[in-house]
Amino acid sequence: MTSPTPAILPERGLADRLTALFWRHPRLLLAVLLTPPLLWLGVVYLGSLFALLLQSFYSIDEFSGVVKEEFTLKTYAELFRAQNLDIIIRTLVMSAAVTIGCALIAFPIAYYAARFARGKWKAVFYLGVMLPLWSSYLVKVYAWKLILAKEGIITWAAEGVGLSMILNAILAIPGIGGNSLSTSPLGTFIVFVYVWLPYMILPMQAALERVPTSMLEASADLGASRAQTFRTVILPLAMPGVIAGSIFTFSLTMGDYIIPQIVGTSARFIGLAVYQLQGTAGNIPLAAAFAVVPIVIMLIYLTIAKRKGAFDAL
Amino acid sequence: MTISSLKLAATTALALITGLSPAVAQMTEIGPGEGELSIVAWAGYIERGETDPKFDWVTKFEESTGCKVSVKTANTSDEMVALMNEGGFDLVTASGDASLRLIAGDRVQEINTALIPSWGTIDPRLQNAPWYVVDGKHYGVPYMWGPNVLMYNTEVFKEPPTSWNVVFEEQTLPDGQSNKGRVQAYDGPIHIADAAQYLMFHKPELGITSPYELNEDQYKAALDLLRGQRELVSRYWHDAFIQIDDFKNEGVVASGSWPFQVNLLKAGGAPVASVIPQEGATGWADTTMLHVDSEHPNCAYMWFEHQLSSNLQSDLSVWFGANPSVPAACTDGRGMQTAEGCTTNGLDDFEKIRFWTTPVADCSQGEDTCVPYYRWVSDYIGVIGGR
Repeated sequence: MTSPTPAILPERGLADRLTALFWRHPRLLLAVLLTPPLLWLGVVYLGSLFALLLQSFYSIDEFSGVVKEEFTLKTYAELFRAQNLDIIIRTLVMSAAVTIGCALIAFPIAYYAARFARGKWKAVFYLGVMLPLWSSYLVKVYAWKLILAKEGIITWAAEGVGLSMILNAILAIPGIGGNSLSTSPLGTFIVFVYVWLPYMILPMQAALERVPTSMLEASADLGASRAQTFRTVILPLAMPGVIAGSIFTFSLTMGDYIIPQIVGTSARFIGLAVYQLQGTAGNIPLAAAFAVVPIVIMLIYLTIAKRKGAFDAL
Repeated sequence: MTISSLKLAATTALALITGLSPAVAQMTEIGPGEGELSIVAWAGYIERGETDPKFDWVTKFEESTGCKVSVKTANTSDEMVALMNEGGFDLVTASGDASLRLIAGDRVQEINTALIPSWGTIDPRLQNAPWYVVDGKHYGVPYMWGPNVLMYNTEVFKEPPTSWNVVFEEQTLPDGQSNKGRVQAYDGPIHIADAAQYLMFHKPELGITSPYELNEDQYKAALDLLRGQRELVSRYWHDAFIQIDDFKNEGVVASGSWPFQVNLLKAGGAPVASVIPQEGATGWADTTMLHVDSEHPNCAYMWFEHQLSSNLQSDLSVWFGANPSVPAACTDGRGMQTAEGCTTNGLDDFEKIRFWTTPVADCSQGEDTCVPYYRWVSDYIGVIGGR
């Protein structure tokens, strides 16, 4: 008769001892697993954010250009100087315009993809939306600079079909026009819309797919026309998706500092101003104060978006 | 541990923390190389044949001295100052706006020119230049210099333009069309100095003596000129390659520029040329400076000699479109540069060039009378934004 196998096996090495330790103290395992990411979040991520906030309460000495490490709101007051206020307003208007532009273009695409595309076409659609995201952002922007240039393909095509008049009329509009598409605010707008469009389409489509068919049928049964169904059923139900997409396009436009450097009038946007103030001027307090502006705007925006239920569609 | 040794430890720690170091006397002799040398440099300044096999001025230095060169590329003068403040580097190729700050901050040490055999070959005009010589002490060795030229399209300008007014004031160009939307300007606050230099010539009543030392009135006049320029300029340039593209595809026909872009555009067959107009031009002059706490001073001194005597001056001047600090490098065949090449890069225009310096509040007009650089930055942002 062989002796029965003991219920508890002897420890075979370090790994067994560790396993046993973690089994006996489950909280220890949790702590070990959570400490590195929490340290990252706390020290590196939030830490740098607080360092930024702290800097924005310092000021720069008017005469020597040296940063004075005393708390003051002077730097924030500087944000309201005419040229700085211009930058903030310009960035806000551009962000809003890009968001609306993206929403208008993205909605039909997302609607088609969510409700009509099937099988192979769905795959083609996904590929089409995602494909631009696979190539380098810089390459795309430089390509657009060439497309929009004064001697680029758009001007050439407009001349070819006799539409130069229209193009020139558009470029003559003060505020959005310029010498050529690539040196006008309109050009900056076009490139922004192109670059951020996928971020609007995808959440919109997710929201549209969740609109139940039964509701549309009920709406039809109750005698609503297609337009009424669209206005009173589909649009309200898809709204969280639109808002979720707008969070992306709005915040991405507000923080970008590369597109306005390459396409546009050279007029500063917030991102560019931060880059220049800290990089070449050494005016870190003002750069930090500028960097706080998008944070504040996005906090307000997110609060409104949350009320509208946008986070259910993410 | 006794109290006194505690004190010693504490003061040592304090000294380390505050970066306190005893004043360093200049070197008196060069010992054997330490095997390493780290350099903070502008992009394209230290080439070892990796970008283009024809341009290599590091390999031979490493072979003959045993000093392994490592390069940290910096994009702005402020980055260079920050890196040198951080420490851990031996040399930096500082422009005029960084060099005086480094000297004032005690980040670089005095150079014993007697230890550099080729010192005498340096252009006499550079040997005591004010952007690296303070109180008769030399804080570096000249590296390269170059002008900011006026680049123009030769199909529009049959004759070279004689004045910077083609980029500052609205006018009809020789081809019968306005210059509006067809000229560019530099997208950096230092462009205010170009405007000031233009005013120095055309409005002597303002009394500008240096474009980098402007009092409130002179500064205001320069900004007004730039506001007028904003109407002419569709887009400002800051990236050399974007400017090249704008000359090719955007119909730009005149702009302040660097010989670098002129050379690249010419090489690509574009109809451009450059000139230094009657008002003169601004320019940059870079100096190799030695960190005060350098751990490889012997290698650094060997580099100083290498910098002046090897193919570096000649080949770099071809590569970068700049001028060698050793004029002989243009003609003696040590590298690829020729006398014509140096003339193209502006070697003969030294007297017309006002070299880059950082504007500070305390200037030759008196203490706190000049507008400091950080205001140049914020006001230029306003000008570009249409204010």
